Amino acid sequence: MLMVEMCHVTFASTSEHHQLCRLEYRSRLIIKSTFIDISVIRLCFVKMACQGLAKGETIHTLKAESETLKGKLEEERAKLHDVELHQVAEKIEALGQFVMKTRRTLKGHGNKVLCMDWCRDKRRIVSSSQDGKVIVWDAYTTNKEHAVTMPCTWVMACAYAPSGCAVACGGLDNKCSVYPLSLDKNENLAAKKKSVAMHTNYLSSCSFTNSDMQILTSSGDGTCALWDVESGQLLQSFHGHSADVLSLNLAPSETGNTFVSGGCDKKANVWDMRSGQNVQSFETHESDINSVKYYPSGDAFATGSDDATCRLYDLRADREVAIYSKESIIFGASSVDFSLSGRLLFAGYNDYTINVWDVLKGTRVAILFGHENRVSTVRVSPDGTAFCSGSWDNTLRIWA
Amino acid sequence: MSSNSASLVSLQKSVKQLRKEAGFRRIKVSQAAEDLKKFCLDNAQKDPLLMGVPSSDNPFRPPKSCALL
Repeated sequence: MLMVEMCHVTFASTSEHHQLCRLEYRSRLIIKSTFIDISVIRLCFVKMACQGLAKGETIHTLKAESETLKGKLEEERAKLHDVELHQVAEKIEALGQFVMKTRRTLKGHGNKVLCMDWCRDKRRIVSSSQDGKVIVWDAYTTNKEHAVTMPCTWVMACAYAPSGCAVACGGLDNKCSVYPLSLDKNENLAAKKKSVAMHTNYLSSCSFTNSDMQILTSSGDGTCALWDVESGQLLQSFHGHSADVLSLNLAPSETGNTFVSGGCDKKANVWDMRSGQNVQSFETHESDINSVKYYPSGDAFATGSDDATCRLYDLRADREVAIYSKESIIFGASSVDFSLSGRLLFAGYNDYTINVWDVLKGTRVAILFGHENRVSTVRVSPDGTAFCSGSWDNTLRIWA
Repeated sequence: MSSNSASLVSLQKSVKQLRKEAGFRRIKVSQAAEDLKKFCLDNAQKDPLLMGVPSSDNPFRPPKSCALL
């Protein structure tokens, strides 16, 4: 009976830790799915804590350096802040009236819809719910093609595989599982389920990378992780958030191997997938960041937050460049997505509405009513012809 | 002792991160904004939700047809 003990912070196995230095203690045991289940609390040593202080460093010098660096960063960013985005957009023609209506309503979930994702074929959708069900729909006909009942409630995350042949989902079970979709409607999908990711708290978001072979996850345990689907092996872990990570989004494939994450620590972090490094960090929101989404060019990303604003951060200017807010909007934004050109930002709110923003001018161009409870998820279809919203009113709506 | 060490470790981490961020090469907002604007305008014609497409081209616009039994 073999057990693998891993530190839940570094994911390094305890045999790698140095015995000599015990600056920090964590007690967690992570059990790989192939081994027999045990629950034992053990002490393990954080590898990072073993790096001693450099010559002359004390808590005081570090604190002072931290303050100086923060001040310098602010100065640098301020110097480059020579104009506002909406000023640059002044001369552009204003957008006309938008007529967007609900074109399909997908009914079938027994409880709150928490997440959805489009298939690359632009017509299938996977959605997950508080009642533990994951449903695959044909959005053109509103027919349900597959349904899976998860062993847990609150399935907060679901994603379609790029091939369209599988879906991934997870939530309060702390795992991300992959279900291959069978052409045989009578086949029991749950039988072929593959447990891929394991976190020590709820799964908040998951996404396949460019292939069916790797999945990126974010969790209430404050980390993100990259997994190999076939073996379930952890390929890379991402540490830097100091609270639950609620959302992640991969950069558009042309721009390389990075992704952005947002969480309850009000921070949005950009990560290098290969090295696990946090390359940029943004902290201007006043409350939890519920959703992050890259601008289609990959040079910026938008966020939706409980502070009732959505914001746009430019990666090359390394700062926030726009805020989408109104005094009349006081409820949190739960989910955001861009139209194909990046000109429109669709944002779902806890006041049951969807606001459509002109990304460049910073103004609201439409407000969409229809849902009878919080909007929890909003995603534009792969070809940009429609967008889908999921809500706590148990339904999904397709808008065009 | 343990809590001092814990805060020391997190301070070390945050200083290391700040040092990295200090070395980052940033561009001016005016340039970044111009690029965002250019991308939007260059791709506007290909954005169905922005431009609106005729019902015949949008698979969601025509109401779903009823199958005659």
